[in-house]
Amino acid sequence: MSAPSIEAAPVLAEAPAPAPRKRRRMRIPASVIGGAVVVLVIGLAAALAPWIAPHNPLDVGSFDLLNAEMPPAFMAEGDSRFWLGTDNQGRDLFSAMLYGARVSIAIGGGAVLVAATVGVILGLLAGYLGGWVDALIMRVGDVILSLPTILLALLVSGVARAVFPEAGTAQWAPVILIGAIAIHEWVQYARTVRAATMVESSKDYVRAARVMGLPSIRIMARHILPNVLSPVIVIATINLAAAVLTEATLSFLGVGMPPTYPSLGTLIRIGNEFVFSGIWWIATFPAALLVVLVLGVNIVGDWLRDWFNPKRQAR
Amino acid sequence: MKRSVLAAVAALSLLAAAPANAQTLKWAAPGDAVSFDPNAQLDSFTQNIQSMVYDTLVRRNRQLQIEPSLATSWEIVAPDRWRFKLRQGVKFHDGQPFTADDVVATVMRTIDPGSRNKGNLATVKTAEKVDDQTVDFVLTGPYPLLLNDLTGIFVMSKPWMIQHDSIKPGNTSTGVTTFASTHANGTGPFKLESYEPDARTVMSANEGWWDKPEHNIKRLEFRPIKSDATRVAALLSGEIDMIAAVPLQDIPRVSSTAGVKVVEDPSLRLIFLGFNWKPELQGQPGVKNPLLDVKVRQALWQSLDMDTLQKRIMRGKSRNIATMVAPPVPGYSAEADKPIGYDPAAAKKLLADAGYPNGFKTGLACPNDRYIADEQLCLAIASMWTRVGVQVDLKTESKATYFPRQDRGETDIWMLGWATLPPMDGFSVLSAIFASRKDGFGGANANGMSIPAMDELAKKAAVELDEPKRRAMLAESFKIARDQALFIPLHLQPLAWAMKTNVDMPQFADEYVRPWFAKVN
Repeated sequence: MSAPSIEAAPVLAEAPAPAPRKRRRMRIPASVIGGAVVVLVIGLAAALAPWIAPHNPLDVGSFDLLNAEMPPAFMAEGDSRFWLGTDNQGRDLFSAMLYGARVSIAIGGGAVLVAATVGVILGLLAGYLGGWVDALIMRVGDVILSLPTILLALLVSGVARAVFPEAGTAQWAPVILIGAIAIHEWVQYARTVRAATMVESSKDYVRAARVMGLPSIRIMARHILPNVLSPVIVIATINLAAAVLTEATLSFLGVGMPPTYPSLGTLIRIGNEFVFSGIWWIATFPAALLVVLVLGVNIVGDWLRDWFNPKRQAR
Repeated sequence: MKRSVLAAVAALSLLAAAPANAQTLKWAAPGDAVSFDPNAQLDSFTQNIQSMVYDTLVRRNRQLQIEPSLATSWEIVAPDRWRFKLRQGVKFHDGQPFTADDVVATVMRTIDPGSRNKGNLATVKTAEKVDDQTVDFVLTGPYPLLLNDLTGIFVMSKPWMIQHDSIKPGNTSTGVTTFASTHANGTGPFKLESYEPDARTVMSANEGWWDKPEHNIKRLEFRPIKSDATRVAALLSGEIDMIAAVPLQDIPRVSSTAGVKVVEDPSLRLIFLGFNWKPELQGQPGVKNPLLDVKVRQALWQSLDMDTLQKRIMRGKSRNIATMVAPPVPGYSAEADKPIGYDPAAAKKLLADAGYPNGFKTGLACPNDRYIADEQLCLAIASMWTRVGVQVDLKTESKATYFPRQDRGETDIWMLGWATLPPMDGFSVLSAIFASRKDGFGGANANGMSIPAMDELAKKAAVELDEPKRRAMLAESFKIARDQALFIPLHLQPLAWAMKTNVDMPQFADEYVRPWFAKVN
């Protein structure tokens, strides 16, 4: 909240230093509160799935084909045991969705975590060290960004499956998926952190630290890092929604989670086979949950971005 | 601006394509041809696609009986020597004349040690050119099914193979590819225009075909569409003229749609589960393979509720079977086709007797785009086995990766469909699936099964010219398979296609799409 430092002047293309900033308006729009509540509720329900789900959809032995394709309980032929009906294997759809959301969020969150960690470290190195390290990291990033996320993720999981036969199993598929998504997403973090690091590096406090002879690692970790983190949080939130969607897309295409351990995308894929035969609920409910979840995360992420953006603030 | 230009170009190209539509047949199936190399695979759908481009020495007519094709006549000059007279004036798609050299090169390529389908000519020692229009086949001994085998041997052009360095076969299992994997030069009713794997295969009618065409197709476009819903949507929207394998759950919806019809027939294709016969399971190194115990295999069989699978997953359209061959095929006996019965309690007891009171852990591998409802079936089977205490690690994948993996024996329990093609004889099961993988036998016996009695029967039946005796041997082998629970036969797949009402595409029990009999009105 302090006035802009004098050193800001020689720096890249930072906007003309704003007049003494007004206090940030703390009024949070209702839509954002709604979004946050939705995300929290879904997140909690997913986290607590083993305790609140009426059935265990991971226990394949508990499915009964005789219960297959039951409509939701509110429909005429519905069964009160299955609130949202069952899929083609007799699996309770509500329970499968809770567990599915858990898988989707875990993979999305894992991918964001991996991408952010890798991206921040590489961005710091590139921005602080400059020279060939910078050039190498950024050119690799450029190459990766020239490929669409889904294409790259398909490529990675395809190669992983060819090289490593266990890649499709419930233990390894999440790891592969996280890697496949993170390999594309880290570049955004690295670019942002690099730019911020370059700005910070030329400020006096960093110069002072350097003059004192502190090791580079310490300067990067203790001095620069805390000052470049806020945009990372914004990117991470928005990326979470994108990562959940990418996971769903991969699972929908059949290279994601196995059918015995479904994510929301896997459930939508299974349900998609039945949309023409009148068994609409298998695809509809997981898809609706996915939409609500991603929408909620996006609303919160957008608001965070605005909130952290000094230019917006000036208006 | 840019976008409108693009739109205009797209519209123009649509207009340009429109007049050709009259005799264009666009069709779709769940999977693609895995290769265009006739010797690189054993996938009958792939062979089906290839059969549109390549001719064989003898072929099947509308009644599936064998009739002359590239060979006009044949005689058995000695018990181990057959002489074929070749058709004159036949030309390959590239214009080269068809001669005896091509037949010899085709045979040598098929029986090459690197060939994936060498088992389809297991009894042929060599082929010899007598003159330009005559070829001798030298066999290992008397053999009753040579003509049946030849219905699946696609004749390639020798000069073309030499020119493109493809005289040796490719093999999808070992990953060997050649020019012939993605190109084709046959004498068949259609020419291959382009082959984009997993996207589109385009063929055009071969105007110079030696036979009088019964079809009126100018252009044949094939698109693999794996998703059931997308495939049906493509048909209903009119984008596609025919889909081979309409999803069972969509039959009521599709048949009630105007302008589209569903054609159903029983098929020869038998879906079954096979086992790993190696000392250890894939996922459990260091532990003795439980599947080697006949009690375990019987328990797995008994714990499957076949009636519910048939009713729910196959929607009553399949025919359950308890033997390894379909009724119309020589070698079938009703006696061996008695259901084993669903009895989870007995299955649990068998497992306990075998020393697995708490079950064991095994993998189950299935394709998800080859057979009707394959993934759904395997998930349901995994569920049924879990209920008797067997932990199942289910893995489903596309046939493009599944079949090579299965052929390398990297699976524990695996799913396969067998339609006894090309010979349409029970011997195909005995020689390719029951017999050990040696001396040209056991082409589909990838997981180390070796039953001496089966090897013996395969060798004897291969040279038995007395038909009743030969059938008795086949029946004997199916009895052994059932008594020892060597496999778990599930059902005969239903054959259900959907097409626009103006398309007339006959169906065959071998599931082959034969567009050379098709009419588009």
